Amino acid sequence: MIQALGVVALLAASGYAVFVSPRSILAFLFFQASVLAIYPARVPTRFKMVLLAVALGLVMPAIGTVNGYYLEVATQVGIFAALALGLNIVVGLAGLLDLGYVAFFAVGAYVWAIAGSTQGNQIFGGGFPLPEGWFFVFLVLGLAVAALAGVLLGLPVLRLRGDYLAIVTLGFGEVVRVLANNLDRPINITNGPKGITPISRPPLPFDPASVPGLSSSLLYALYFYVLVLAIVVVVILVSRRLENSHIGRAWEAIREDETAAQAMGVPLVRAKLLAFACGASFAGVIGVLFAAKQVFINPESFTFLESIGVLAMVILGGMGSIPGAVLGAAVVTVLNLQVLKGLSLWLNELRNAGTVILGYNLANLPTQVEPAKYERMIFGMILVLMMIFRPAGILPARRRRRELGHQS
Amino acid sequence: MNLDGAAAPIFEASGITKQFGGLTALSSVDLTLADKKITSMIGPNGAGKTTLFNVFTGLYTPDAGRVTFKGRPMLGLRPDQIAAAGICRTFQNIRLFRNMTAIENVLVGMHTQTPLGLWDVLGQTRRFHQTEAQLAERAAELLDTAGLGSKGNEIARHLPYGDQRRLEIARALAARPALLLLDEPTAGMTRGEATSLMRLLRELIDRFDLTVLLIEHNMRVVMEVSDRITVLDHGERIAEGAPDEIRRNARVVEAYLGRRASA
Repeated sequence: MIQALGVVALLAASGYAVFVSPRSILAFLFFQASVLAIYPARVPTRFKMVLLAVALGLVMPAIGTVNGYYLEVATQVGIFAALALGLNIVVGLAGLLDLGYVAFFAVGAYVWAIAGSTQGNQIFGGGFPLPEGWFFVFLVLGLAVAALAGVLLGLPVLRLRGDYLAIVTLGFGEVVRVLANNLDRPINITNGPKGITPISRPPLPFDPASVPGLSSSLLYALYFYVLVLAIVVVVILVSRRLENSHIGRAWEAIREDETAAQAMGVPLVRAKLLAFACGASFAGVIGVLFAAKQVFINPESFTFLESIGVLAMVILGGMGSIPGAVLGAAVVTVLNLQVLKGLSLWLNELRNAGTVILGYNLANLPTQVEPAKYERMIFGMILVLMMIFRPAGILPARRRRRELGHQS
Repeated sequence: MNLDGAAAPIFEASGITKQFGGLTALSSVDLTLADKKITSMIGPNGAGKTTLFNVFTGLYTPDAGRVTFKGRPMLGLRPDQIAAAGICRTFQNIRLFRNMTAIENVLVGMHTQTPLGLWDVLGQTRRFHQTEAQLAERAAELLDTAGLGSKGNEIARHLPYGDQRRLEIARALAARPALLLLDEPTAGMTRGEATSLMRLLRELIDRFDLTVLLIEHNMRVVMEVSDRITVLDHGERIAEGAPDEIRRNARVVEAYLGRRASA
């Protein structure tokens, strides 16, 4: 009861803080923290769901109307959460180390980018871009194409384990990126390094003119936020259902001991391909949405470092843990987009103002000292520290306790 | 082949040969298992016993030979297909799914018994809930039978050694096998633990109509529990018969028992 009141009070206070000072990063971080605090709070699950729905479905969009950038941050968190959840199936559950995961994201993104822009005309002659409404068809199509790509990657690497699998998947990721970079000749499919733009966005479900006071770009941002939220909810549901079924158990058995799993009747080929396909399909769906949201994509969005970034989210959150994957995505994305950038800005202000700390004039500080530039290093340090102090992740996968009839 | 009585063979292997590079691990080994009997396989270390298990369960492909189970040829099938056909095994060095709970280990063993597809899982159909409930119930029963009734939610690697051995047997039984291959189930156990495990084994055989092939080093156990004994040495079968015959077999005594007896 006290915890319930506490969580509500936190949410209310932090929400209020953001509205009072919409430009304060601290206020928004406070809000994020109070949303995260819902998860460990000891309150009934139904109450948690309601709170989460209110916080993410109402308060967050409202915050977006006072500071649109926060909506962008939240949308990015959602995109990476979906990616992390997909990779969590492949790496966390099935134990197949995939270092080229972002390739499936790219596949989904390019599927819609080509169909939803004039780029399609280069391949099919005419008729593109497809009408905006096709976006929703392509969510499914992106899913299917990415899943197919997952199976295609899975087939040749089925016999590989551990390091060898990691190397081949890394190669696959690079192959997809290099293909995207070079398939502008002889037939222009991807438009090469120049990328594809403009990509159609899904049609707003209402007339923007009917909502006075909100700009059309903000309405689109809100719309994408809601779409991402919906996709993440579906992805979480699907992940949970898979995990708590014979399929998820088979994946985990493969992770634990491949030989024993097969000897117990788990068809390795089928189970592994299914894991690759499921993981890839999540990335495919969110890739379609990413292309529409960004309006512009090029191969630079799908580098090896992106794959590593998503993997870091999964490891940070806790391998095989659904809440862990979401938390990992939130922490890493917010760290990149807000905390480090915020620190850099703050340091710059101090430097420009010539503030003196402990007798040292910050104006003399070399300009290289800028937290945002150390993103990867800070990341690496966090991961090293995690491996030492909490190797199972922030929210380690918990084993489901089952009711055993005869137990008192 | 001097099979005793009218018991029909459920499993027949003949001429199994397996080479690793220049080493002949198995050389034209024959083995016939009578239905619902316990057959033990003994022999010094490196005789090829586990290799033979690996051939029977599809982990190794033999260079020559034939295996039929319930009249069906088994060679060429994948390990999971062999498990589905009704041959399950335990491992010499325990190979549980260490980070999963005991009951989850058993549930994985039921994979071949799960008639569900992806759509049942994603749609959470009624069939899904019914099947899951049935599986969980049967898994709890199996754990009970194996004497692990109160330990279903414990992580496998946290279980004591003896319990891990029992859990491995429960997991192997989950697939409803007709033939159970046990690779040194009493290894590392005290005399008391070994005796109680063998008592359990007897019980399981009656209850589930099992045929058992057992690799065992503990002679007391072997002589007590076996209906038939096969002796391997250097990849060759050197004797086959009832326990009493094996006890008196000069070649066996020389190759195996003799050395132990003098020790």
